[in-house]
Amino acid sequence: MKERAFIGGLARQNPLLVYLLGLCPALAVSDLVSKALGLGAGVILVLLAAVAAARLLRPVIPERLQPIAWLVLVAALVSLVDLAMQAYLPALRQQLGVYLQLLAVNCLILGLVERLARSRSLSRCLRLAAGQGAGFTLALLLIALVREVLGSGTITLFPLGSFGGVIRVPGLSLYPVRVLSLAAGALLLLGYLAALAGRLMARGRKAEQRSAG
Amino acid sequence: MGYGPGSALRPFPAPHLHEGPTTAGMMFSVVLCLLPAGIWGVLLFGQRALHVLLVSVGASLLTELAVSGLFLRRFTLADGSALLTGLLLGYSLPPAVPLFIPAAASFFAIAVIKQSFGGLGRNWLNPALGARVFVMFSWTGPMTRWQAPLAAADVLSGATPLGLAKEALSHPVPGLRGPIELLLAGLRPSGLRAGPLSDLLQRLGRLAPAGYGQMALGNVAGCIGEGSALLLALGSIYLFVKKIIAWEIPAAYLGSFGLLAWAFGGLPFGAGLFRGDAAFHLLAGGLALGALYMAADPVTSPLKRPGRLIFGLGCGALTFLLRTWGSQPEGVALAVVLMNMFVPLLNRIGGRPISREAEQ
Repeated sequence: MKERAFIGGLARQNPLLVYLLGLCPALAVSDLVSKALGLGAGVILVLLAAVAAARLLRPVIPERLQPIAWLVLVAALVSLVDLAMQAYLPALRQQLGVYLQLLAVNCLILGLVERLARSRSLSRCLRLAAGQGAGFTLALLLIALVREVLGSGTITLFPLGSFGGVIRVPGLSLYPVRVLSLAAGALLLLGYLAALAGRLMARGRKAEQRSAG
Repeated sequence: MGYGPGSALRPFPAPHLHEGPTTAGMMFSVVLCLLPAGIWGVLLFGQRALHVLLVSVGASLLTELAVSGLFLRRFTLADGSALLTGLLLGYSLPPAVPLFIPAAASFFAIAVIKQSFGGLGRNWLNPALGARVFVMFSWTGPMTRWQAPLAAADVLSGATPLGLAKEALSHPVPGLRGPIELLLAGLRPSGLRAGPLSDLLQRLGRLAPAGYGQMALGNVAGCIGEGSALLLALGSIYLFVKKIIAWEIPAAYLGSFGLLAWAFGGLPFGAGLFRGDAAFHLLAGGLALGALYMAADPVTSPLKRPGRLIFGLGCGALTFLLRTWGSQPEGVALAVVLMNMFVPLLNRIGGRPISREAEQ
């Protein structure tokens, strides 16, 4: 399964839709596409840096201090990303609010750092971390797309040149299904997507068994 | 209630006498009992109300057919539950809503609230009420545009009685002692349209003090089927007699709500304790529809008497709190939906399941 390290995070080991990790920021920032992209980028950056740093620092940190050390490490990296975003993308930082800082105690990041710090191969570590980060971002983006298109009738991206950053969906922006942009809608949608993922996986497993047997 | 040895109710082996009640039979009885109020609503609000009812029932049946056909490969339309859900949903919508709202609400009720959780009997919210809450929060604007009844002799247009009361709470009117005075102040004695209906309304309205009479008849702005507390109550008598709905829930609901409205309803108007207008609050809004037909839904209400009483009390208290201090004038739907979530907990009160008792 070595070659599956990256792809697994996108599909069968998707952190959000299969393991339901990192729900707190996922539910909170998935109402706008731009927020989902911003948080996803933050998660990928922190995850890659934290996994690499933890893997390299592990020999010099005593075993019983490691969990605390990882916590400090992740918090420091999140602060870095936070400060960089404040400097270069203040508007996005404003939108994300406290949820960017909350990545410091994100179960997805901490869990992955803890797990991968023991791994032998650094490149496999990085591929796994990248896969998990990308899987999280893709799932978040999917939820945000559905929520924003149906819940507000818009797609918010980043303003670029003459493009204002907001695409209006014709027809829907007049009477959007506002519940979907509220917290209840996020839970509802996540439930359906997780159920869909479970169904697809069950079907995949059946097909595998059939081909094996 | 015990089922053990010595109690009047004891499980016996077959053969049993069977009265022959079926799910479909129960559903269709409820639909029949609801019909008078719906016909009355269509008479009061006109053709538009009929369209809303038809769309909500039609969309509900179609969704049921599609979802059960696609995912369950089973035909479940005949159990009548989709028809009842669509009808209840239509009753709880304002007559002037854009027609996509009843369609979306019916889809949500059947596909999301009922079938996603396993179909009839496994839903943990009343489908009609849950869908009403869904459309209320999604399209608040269209859902709070009201229309006065067509034959509105002696009635004010636009605002619902509860809306008026809410308005008075946020902008106090000097000298006002209760919500009914607002309604009476808005009464227009000149008949808008003379006809058999307005004649009938006027004659019937005289049986009770003006404002209360019109409210009991449903001759005020409001949702299509919730207006006439009188017709809804008449329809429910059959359901009580046939024990299709448990009497404990509406009794505890209306009782606790009436008591609270009487005891504390006067406070916001500066009238002091025990000066509230319980009759106004009992007749206004969707309370009759909610308490008699929705809270007592056998799927989403507790199984045993103590649980049912607590369930009713909770509904009554929450409705009163939401109506008096909530941001919306009406609180029935939210109160019942909230209490629906406590049903699994309430089912643990009042004795163990029969089978376990019999084992010992």
